[in-house]
Amino acid sequence: MTALGLINYWAVIFLMMVGFYTLIARGNLVKKLIGLTLFQTSVFILYISMGKITGGTAPILMESAEPVVYSNPIPHVLILTAIVVGVATMALGLSLVVRIKEAYGTIEEDEIRDTSL
Amino acid sequence: MNEHLPVLVVVVPLIAAPIAALVNRPRISWAVALGACVWALGAAVGLVRRVLAEGVIRYELGDWAAPIGIEYVVDAASAWVVLIVAAMGAAVVPYARASIEHELTPDRIPLFYTAFLLCLSGLLGIAVTGDAFNVFVFLEISSLSAYVLIALGRDRRALTASYQYLIMGSVGATFIVIGIGLMYVMTGTLNMADLAERLPAVAGTRTIPVAFTFLTVGITLKLALFPLHLWLPNAYTYAPSAVTAFIAATATKVAVYMLLRFFFTVFGAAFSYDVMQLDRILIPLALVAILTMSLVAIYQENVKRLLAYSSVAQIGYMVLGIGLGSLLGVTAGLLHLFNHALMKGALFMAMGCVTYRVGSVRIEAMAGLGRAMPWTMAAFVVGGLSLIGVPLTVGFISKWYLVQAALEQGMWPVAVVVLVGSLLAVVYVWKVVEVAYFGRSPAPEGVREAPLGLLVPTWTLAAANLYFGIDAGLATDVATRAAQALLGVLP
Repeated sequence: MTALGLINYWAVIFLMMVGFYTLIARGNLVKKLIGLTLFQTSVFILYISMGKITGGTAPILMESAEPVVYSNPIPHVLILTAIVVGVATMALGLSLVVRIKEAYGTIEEDEIRDTSL
Repeated sequence: MNEHLPVLVVVVPLIAAPIAALVNRPRISWAVALGACVWALGAAVGLVRRVLAEGVIRYELGDWAAPIGIEYVVDAASAWVVLIVAAMGAAVVPYARASIEHELTPDRIPLFYTAFLLCLSGLLGIAVTGDAFNVFVFLEISSLSAYVLIALGRDRRALTASYQYLIMGSVGATFIVIGIGLMYVMTGTLNMADLAERLPAVAGTRTIPVAFTFLTVGITLKLALFPLHLWLPNAYTYAPSAVTAFIAATATKVAVYMLLRFFFTVFGAAFSYDVMQLDRILIPLALVAILTMSLVAIYQENVKRLLAYSSVAQIGYMVLGIGLGSLLGVTAGLLHLFNHALMKGALFMAMGCVTYRVGSVRIEAMAGLGRAMPWTMAAFVVGGLSLIGVPLTVGFISKWYLVQAALEQGMWPVAVVVLVGSLLAVVYVWKVVEVAYFGRSPAPEGVREAPLGLLVPTWTLAAANLYFGIDAGLATDVATRAAQALLGVLP
């Protein structure tokens, strides 16, 4: 496979690193959550790419004379579960940020640390 | 009904969770939670008995045969973990009634039990499932509800602790998904037994070691192995007392079980130890965890935080046993899993009693409590002795096995570190005991013994510390069988 054929996987690595970096380096709690979403999304693309088979069609049983190649639906279904988990994580994370804002009056990590002391 | 036990143990708490929210009355929600937990405990005892009598139980969900459908597999190791989690659930819910009413506003109490039941069913699910992706789903059920439970703490720092845990926990869980995905792409299966069969054929590729690494890092983040433990001290310190007791006793233990399951059942000991040389990374990290975290614990001013750092050190003991990789080592790890749940459960519950009466768990708040709250502090002392590993307590049994496992492989420096860790535990337990019993200042006016609703569960766990320390036969027998099941050694 050529380098271009692996473009999905390059995208996965790029998104994953961007997300992970944002998660670590940013002090703003919402930006951290954005990083986390990017990080999780990259894994969704990883799963979806691995289920795709070259020339494969949607996995709906077809009656035809010659054999049909289907894409593997299992990773796609799995990632549907992971997307739901991601949405739940995000909802919980953002509601925590709202509560933190109410309690501390800020969502900057360093300012929270200063007021905690 | 008996043949459906593997799934019922998970499904009953899962269904009870929305019921607890729908009835929306603190006392009735509590009764629902209690019913579900007692049921789970009964089912867990039934599972352990069946596994010990008949061997591995395989259950096909919805009658879909194994590689296609999701399969639940209960062997001695999973039954052992199910029993620990269910027993802790059944001990914490009676305790929670008084403790949670004291620490939470009434409108939040039904939702607390909902989150608690979800967390319980997630943890039980991880233990019984035989499907790699299912592990992730249950892990997220238990983790998301654990974040909620922690955020319920009274202190506003509970919110930041929960947020920090959410970020690190989600990264860990995502690492686990990456690992599972890479295994799937190489083998085309998610069933653990199937994976174990097909992995050796592709073990030479670069993908499988990468999958192994992602899984190891993800799971060790969840079990708070040094240096990935940063989320743990704050989460344990600021969560409500009942939550700390439950999470400290179960969440990290289930993560240890996941580690064992993936290392031994899925990848196999030969790959994990000979090819990936897991022992070379786990043993040093465990030893550093034991020494540094025990030292850090000594300097804590808040007793819950002190116990939290001690938990990280104790996790080091469990991982050390796994790192040794021998039958004796894994047995020691599994024994410590059970024993640590008992001792930390008792200790954090005793701290909950102190919170209930005194309102603080800082060390200076313990002054004079030896006289004012004799039963609470006596339970703390029993738990503390067990933590140190004094003979006739459970802590002694697991450390004895661990030292034996280390000496068996001629690693006497490891045995020395285990003993030094115990000495450090003496120091930090003594710090609390000294203030409570031998300080000059008396307890504040009006501080009385905690109510029976708190004392009975606390003492049940404290008494279990003593009982299983004296009659060690049962626990060691089951732990040995569990280790044999994991290592694939026939009894």
